[in-house]
Amino acid sequence: MLEGLLIGLTTALSIQNLLMVIAGCLIGTFIGMLPGLGPMSIIAIMIPVAISMGDPSAALILLAGVYYGAIFGGSTSSILLNAPGVAGTVASSFDGYPMARKGKAGKALTIAAIASFAGGTIGALLLMIFAPALSSVALLFHSAEYFALMVVGLSAIAAFAGTGQVAKAMIMTVLGLIMATVGEGALFNLPRFTMGIMDLQSGFGFITLAMAMFALPEALFLVLKPKDLQDGESDIKDLRITAAEAKAIAPVIGRQSLQGFFIGVLPGAGATIASFLGYAVERNIAPKHEQDEFGKGSIKGLAAPETANNAACTGSFVPLLTLGIPGSGTTAILLGALIALNVTPGPRLMVDDPQIFWAVIMSMFIGNLVLLILNLPLIPYIAKVLAVPRTFLIPFILFFTLMGGYIGQNNATELLLLVGFGICATALKFADYPLAPLLIGFILGGMMEDNFARSMQLYDGIGFIWERPMTLGLLCIAAVLVVLPSYRARRARALAKGVADGD
Amino acid sequence: MALDRWIALILLGICLAYGYAAWFTMDGGLAPFMKRNPIWPSTFPKVLSVLGICATLFILLGFEKSPPKEADIDYRRLGEYHLGQAVLLLALMVAYALCLRPLGFLISTSAFLILGSFILGERKWHIMLPVALIATIAVWYLVQEVLGIYMRPLPGFLGG
Repeated sequence: MLEGLLIGLTTALSIQNLLMVIAGCLIGTFIGMLPGLGPMSIIAIMIPVAISMGDPSAALILLAGVYYGAIFGGSTSSILLNAPGVAGTVASSFDGYPMARKGKAGKALTIAAIASFAGGTIGALLLMIFAPALSSVALLFHSAEYFALMVVGLSAIAAFAGTGQVAKAMIMTVLGLIMATVGEGALFNLPRFTMGIMDLQSGFGFITLAMAMFALPEALFLVLKPKDLQDGESDIKDLRITAAEAKAIAPVIGRQSLQGFFIGVLPGAGATIASFLGYAVERNIAPKHEQDEFGKGSIKGLAAPETANNAACTGSFVPLLTLGIPGSGTTAILLGALIALNVTPGPRLMVDDPQIFWAVIMSMFIGNLVLLILNLPLIPYIAKVLAVPRTFLIPFILFFTLMGGYIGQNNATELLLLVGFGICATALKFADYPLAPLLIGFILGGMMEDNFARSMQLYDGIGFIWERPMTLGLLCIAAVLVVLPSYRARRARALAKGVADGD
Repeated sequence: MALDRWIALILLGICLAYGYAAWFTMDGGLAPFMKRNPIWPSTFPKVLSVLGICATLFILLGFEKSPPKEADIDYRRLGEYHLGQAVLLLALMVAYALCLRPLGFLISTSAFLILGSFILGERKWHIMLPVALIATIAVWYLVQEVLGIYMRPLPGFLGG
């Protein structure tokens, strides 16, 4: 392994390749800030450039830089403007945006940068050590387990709901799942629930819904009740995190790097589930007084999804490099780039082209490090975005919201849908319905139905639930997650009334 | 009845309509070979409609009491906020969506940004105009030339 590491280092540390990383990180960060352009589309755009370079190591190093930059850029827009452009950064806006509203935008971005760096680096370390062994674990997961894993992910939304909110969160999740069924279905590609409208044939766009649920209501609230986005100049001074805060988030980062990485290893699960589960787990194991902070600007709540998200992105390279199976959209595009460069990922990669395998891993370390070094000094300037007067900022937020929806689908009907859903979302927000579960249900709904359908067909019925112990176990965990919060709430109420405790 | 229960009622209606489509109308057009499959396109929606109806009824019948809390904006006093501005901005967004194709990107976007600032009470034209124009052209250049995503810059009759 040491020999491999050295091969990778010598490849990655040449001047040309270092410039590649820096260029990639900068391009990724700036384009990633535009909602609607996630890592997947940016990498797809950069592929012609990468291929024309001819050298697979340099191309991969450039793409890795773009990838990490894009993830960080996406976090920036969800933290500053509550406009998550990528599914994986939705969870970052839960606590990142409240922090920015409290005038701690600089601190939030710093925490995001550090958490991303730690998650990515620890993920790369784990990748180095476990890649060969993990490929066999990834194969153990069948469609039935994926289905169960997604049910667990959805049940974890109980974590987003405060006391007495579980039913509302449930409704919103089901509504998200219902919206995911609009369009051509998993089976036979029959159009469903399109009401004969052609534009609905491909279903609702994710970006459209994300913008309508988060960015638009937020902007409307700012219009309805004007208040400055930040309080004076305090945020720029409040940039560094204190030692106490570092101590508080360190265990979160440690746990979430591991958890995120292992979720990322499973093909198809990916960064989105990792970030939601990471948020939910951290919220549940936090002490009571810190639990109330979640959703209102908790540093732990920001660090958890950011770490898990990046660790999972690294984890998704395991099936790609060891089995040749892309686990996510982004890695699928990378697979295409690799094949175009005459490199075939798979079990033979480590034997045939060790310099490429190790160069990829090294480029992850270097990409993460360069990103941290480049972005930490930039943060005060990025945070300045919020100091723009609201008469200019709000039209621009609305414009980027619309642009994100338009670029993704190239369809003006999508913009009308966006405005319509935005109004509905604002009404839901007035009535105190949580909006995040709807989006989570929508994201996971399609994947969940696909896997459900696949296992139904493999087992010719519902039998897979009790024939596969792992599926049953995961579903039991899901049931506990749903019941536990209401049980706890009931118990707390009973205790408050002075009713004697049963046990 | 509070707003959240009214919304639950509307959602119940949606779930019922969805459920009706899933249980009664969808399977009609299914080809015979598809019927031999253990899972139909309507299976998942059927489960969802039942779950949705249960959850909405739960709220509607008030089984779950949530503690009243201070909302950021009280919808009962909506008129006291800047409702006019919000409605105008929404109308502007709809107009933008309708004009984007026929009028081209450059004209509709700069008009959107200028009118948006105007609605919010900005009257400094010497700042508004350059900012909107520079932003429009920069975004168009980025999306069209750098990223290669086509966007019609000018109205059709000007050759856009």
